[in-house]
Amino acid sequence: MAINPDYFKEERNKEWRIQLRQGIKNKERVSRERIKMPEQDPDVRNKNSKEVNLGLSEKQAVTESQRCIDCPDPTCITGCPVEINIPEFIKYIEAGDFLSSARVLKQTNSLPAVCGRVCPQEVQCEVQCFYVKKMNKPAVAIGHLERFAADYERSSGKIFVPETAEKNNIKVGIIGSGPGGLTAAGDLAKYGYDVKVFEALHELGGVLKYGIPEFRLPNDIVDVEIDNLRKMGVSFVTNFIVGKTASFSDLKKEGFVAFFVASGAGLPRFMNVPGENYVGIFSANEYLTRVNLMNAAKQDFDTPVLFGKKVAVIGGGNTAMDSVRTAKRLGAERSMIIYRRSFEEMPARIEEIKHAEEEGIEFLNLNSPVEYYADKNGRVNRMKVQKMKLGEPDKSGRRRPIPVEGSEYDIDVDLVVVSVGVSPNPLIPKSLPELKVTKWGTIEVNPDNMQSSIPYIFAGGDIVRGGATVILAMGDGRKAAAGMHDYILKTVKKK
Amino acid sequence: MYRIVDKEIFSDNVVKLEIHAPRIAKKRKAGHFVIVKTGDKGERIPLTIAQADPSKGTITLVIQKVGVTSHKIARLNKGDSITDVAGPLGQATHIENVGTVLCAGGGVGIAPLLPIVEAMKKKGNKVMTVLAARSKDLVILEDQMKLFSDEIVVMTDDGSYGNKGLVTQGMEEVIKKTKVDQVIAIGPAIMMKYASLLTKKYNIPTLVSLNSIMVDGTGMCGACRVSVGGETKFVCVDGPEFDGHEVDFDELLSRLGAYKEEEAVAYQNYLKTI
Repeated sequence: MAINPDYFKEERNKEWRIQLRQGIKNKERVSRERIKMPEQDPDVRNKNSKEVNLGLSEKQAVTESQRCIDCPDPTCITGCPVEINIPEFIKYIEAGDFLSSARVLKQTNSLPAVCGRVCPQEVQCEVQCFYVKKMNKPAVAIGHLERFAADYERSSGKIFVPETAEKNNIKVGIIGSGPGGLTAAGDLAKYGYDVKVFEALHELGGVLKYGIPEFRLPNDIVDVEIDNLRKMGVSFVTNFIVGKTASFSDLKKEGFVAFFVASGAGLPRFMNVPGENYVGIFSANEYLTRVNLMNAAKQDFDTPVLFGKKVAVIGGGNTAMDSVRTAKRLGAERSMIIYRRSFEEMPARIEEIKHAEEEGIEFLNLNSPVEYYADKNGRVNRMKVQKMKLGEPDKSGRRRPIPVEGSEYDIDVDLVVVSVGVSPNPLIPKSLPELKVTKWGTIEVNPDNMQSSIPYIFAGGDIVRGGATVILAMGDGRKAAAGMHDYILKTVKKK
Repeated sequence: MYRIVDKEIFSDNVVKLEIHAPRIAKKRKAGHFVIVKTGDKGERIPLTIAQADPSKGTITLVIQKVGVTSHKIARLNKGDSITDVAGPLGQATHIENVGTVLCAGGGVGIAPLLPIVEAMKKKGNKVMTVLAARSKDLVILEDQMKLFSDEIVVMTDDGSYGNKGLVTQGMEEVIKKTKVDQVIAIGPAIMMKYASLLTKKYNIPTLVSLNSIMVDGTGMCGACRVSVGGETKFVCVDGPEFDGHEVDFDELLSRLGAYKEEEAVAYQNYLKTI
């Protein structure tokens, strides 16, 4: 569903857009300060699981939307992996027509309330904004506005269900109900397919549920988006592990003609330092899954989790930030990030790092674990770390950390969360020996349509990228849906 | 929801449930396990499949009440449903004709051993089976085991049935009188540890099926990691069966006890509610 560039121009030339542009002078628009997202107070929020960001009021949203000058050549769209018509949704906010704004979002993004919260806008649409590129000023708060429009629609009770083409009764399967899978499901339903989503866990939503904590993305929001897909005719099945519960060939026999594999992250990586398997050392996946998906910290749920007073989280990505802030909320007195590089190289979003610092998270940058120690019961109680210094940039472009000889020292810890990335989930590649995978175990695809070496199997998200973001998985989902549609038109329908 | 079509009570603490799960019944092989969760607030736990009947679309699980979750599942009756059953997971047992196989099961470990005994026999092996439990009422599935075993030895801790003594004594007896080519031992971690130490002494290849703590069971969380031959392995995707001589059982035992205190408190609280 690639968008014709003329479409943006035609929309921009509509009477209502012209009138809005004329309503306020550009000089006036650019003189305004960017809106600041209202937040829970750091000392309050680090003790509860409620959302940190509170969302813009109608007045704040309209005021911010007026900063957008509705550029003739809107560069922001080029930064968006799903090509949202950004100026149009913003101008609808300026016009006070918030429901229409949400509809524009949903033309190309089936999860706007999610993206408005967790997308790294500062390196995508917002970095391409006129304000940043030409005026050296803070960008229009596109992410905040996206969240506003999506939240407004959700609470209005008038949720727009995108139109779907007439049912063609062709069955397609989606493996995984995370952001990539949900996006592809929405698009394929729009094309008229009979879409079924297979989820391995007992809950739908993938990383949006088990991974991202409630304080960044409330589960209700994900559920509303999933309900909306149901209204579009998408069906869901849980506890279904494709490759185990049924093979691809079983499902083909049941009438499925093509699949999108969005099975997500797999085995958590560890660092292979001595003592890493002591009790109280978790992968970030396990720690977050226990707390987010299984509600382990709540008394009335059966799943347990260990609580720590002195918690060390190893890593500097968004998942590390989620883990360290979760530990703080669960009562840690010291909640520390241990990262081998410096703030400059840290892969987490700036907003998350800032929020973490405000909440009292300690950053032990330029440090790396070398050994763990345990008490007589095997529970971790101390770790040895080594100081690092930065050398020349490595292949990733970030400066390489170099251990400083003789700089080791001990830190008391009673809980450690290792958040140094994941390897692709081996389940599907193992079940399909003829599927081409890279040396890292990710599925090889044609980047134009996400098609794998097996023509009827498409793939995207972490199983292809090895570890990326929600929005990149969604972009893959869109591309794969288009690719599958094309493939089915060319091959299956001919028969 | 997965309906319980039959229930058999083996003893106060051990029950057998036959569950309607047609897809799993069709796909499962000896050695596979499922993840089971009951209730919206339930915990996900791994249970090895004891038997399956693809024509009826059912799988059989044997459950021993040891904590809140197992107790909740064991209390369910015929006609009730289990909220979630996912699988079959893990690598199936490698079944081949090696000659003589010694299959040792301890406690509820006897249940997952049954399909292996059956498969080993059908592959043409001579199968020597040792079943061990604390007391007579905990010796389960003996009749089914007999169907596929050339010889069967029963051991109880208290001598209430079979011979008095530990599983390792029964195993050693067999090893001394027969040339054993392979051992498969399934039971509590401590039993598998000592079974492996014994077979190491006689240099007999030994497979054990590990029962580590899991959350997702599909290779995502790493809760089940265990050191095998000095390397970290994931029981859910690399296992559950490993070379018993290479497994770090002390680490496994320590990791299995990770929530001992929390579980004890939760179980006491739970028992007050029923």
